[in-house]
Amino acid sequence: MADMIHVRTNINDTDVDFLCESRQSLLEVLRDVLGMTGSKEGCNDGNCGACTVILDGRIVDSCCVLGVESQGKTILTIEGMASPEGLHPLQQAFLEEAALQCGICTPGFLIAAKSLLDREPNADEARIRHWLAGNLCRCTGYDKIIRAVLKAEDMIANGANTGSATGTTAGGAQASGDVYND
Amino acid sequence: MQEFEYVAPTTLEDAVRLMAEKGSRAKALAGGTDILVQLRGGRFQIDRLVDVKKIPELNELTCSEAGGLTLGAAVPCYQVYEDPTIQRLYPGVVDSAFLIGGIQIQGRATVGGNLCNAAPSGDTIPSLIVQGATCIVAGPNGRRNIPVEEFCAGPGRNVLQEGELLVALHMPPPEPTFGASFLRFIPRNEMDIAIANVAASVLLDDSKQHIVSARIAIGSVAPTPVFVKQAGDLLAGKEANEASIEEAAEAAKGAATPINDMRGTIAQRIHLVGVLTKRTLRTAISRAREG
Repeated sequence: MADMIHVRTNINDTDVDFLCESRQSLLEVLRDVLGMTGSKEGCNDGNCGACTVILDGRIVDSCCVLGVESQGKTILTIEGMASPEGLHPLQQAFLEEAALQCGICTPGFLIAAKSLLDREPNADEARIRHWLAGNLCRCTGYDKIIRAVLKAEDMIANGANTGSATGTTAGGAQASGDVYND
Repeated sequence: MQEFEYVAPTTLEDAVRLMAEKGSRAKALAGGTDILVQLRGGRFQIDRLVDVKKIPELNELTCSEAGGLTLGAAVPCYQVYEDPTIQRLYPGVVDSAFLIGGIQIQGRATVGGNLCNAAPSGDTIPSLIVQGATCIVAGPNGRRNIPVEEFCAGPGRNVLQEGELLVALHMPPPEPTFGASFLRFIPRNEMDIAIANVAASVLLDDSKQHIVSARIAIGSVAPTPVFVKQAGDLLAGKEANEASIEEAAEAAKGAATPINDMRGTIAQRIHLVGVLTKRTLRTAISRAREG
């Protein structure tokens, strides 16, 4: 058996220590070592976005990150999205708009959409579609997902609680916010 | 995935040594969006993966009118296209960095890694060629510079020797009447591999009516991205108009040697090279006039 490496990271506002092999992806660590099975394995090669997590303020495909690379980093997964008070407005909007069928892609869409709304709370439909291009859904045809994200924007603008774990604010990347728009 | 040793050196010297010790059984890890997928797929067997993201030289990102652009090999795409100075001075590079993968991929994937991966369709490579970029390489025998158009050796192969690492890309400062542009054709709106891609750059004279020099590079139509020197040279001294653009597009088509595959046919790819050359030249000229 390969050598195990000790890694310390912060996941959903909690310091976490784990042991992993160098070859294990962050997705495998989350699911198989830490038992956090909310992040899904779809394609396992960076195409489908089902494994999306926020790593130091940027969304990444956790299948394309090694677990050992998360040393000293801050991670937000789907398990940290709802607050003790209730669902994140995006989660609520996905339910209300029926923006999921089989549900495998949903955690990735929610994390990616949260990352967008944290930066650009008034993103228009074209921007939302562009931002979510790295997330594939083979059930819904996307329109319901887009409608749900637009609805969540309204809910947040009207004061809905977004108090999820703070993974998105670490690392300073979110604060700049000056995303290139074409 | 196969077993390997993971190391994350903090100096270039250590990284070169760690690479050289294992020769062809060592690979560099920057954004990981190609290498980790390839390791998982068993494309090659390695003993050691050298994470280069903790090395200061590979994280350099400096851009100015005087000094040009130095882009460390470990700098992810989003840092390139979100940088206001790069947006202003190197919009052609931004065109490319903004097109690679989706937002998740852009959070990790690097321009340097895209070049080292040496895919015929690599979306940053034609842009680097028309900017006249130089690859700064470090290895066991010291440093050397390689013009970017000489860096790719074949599909998935580059000219780096065992123990060598791409440190950074350097692009000269753009003249005020310089403009560049990049476009690719894909069947989807986002997130796909180019059936053909083209970058073009022009330097106009002070009247902004005549072309002093031009560079055109085409991708996905040969074993490597191709610098079509003759197409750019045709434009030197010509008026910046549709007739000149048409002539350069025909020359670019002549340099395309594509294959038929599931993504596109030879005829379609050659046609696309013509269309994209014209469009990128028009945008490059218009950017040169605005600049």
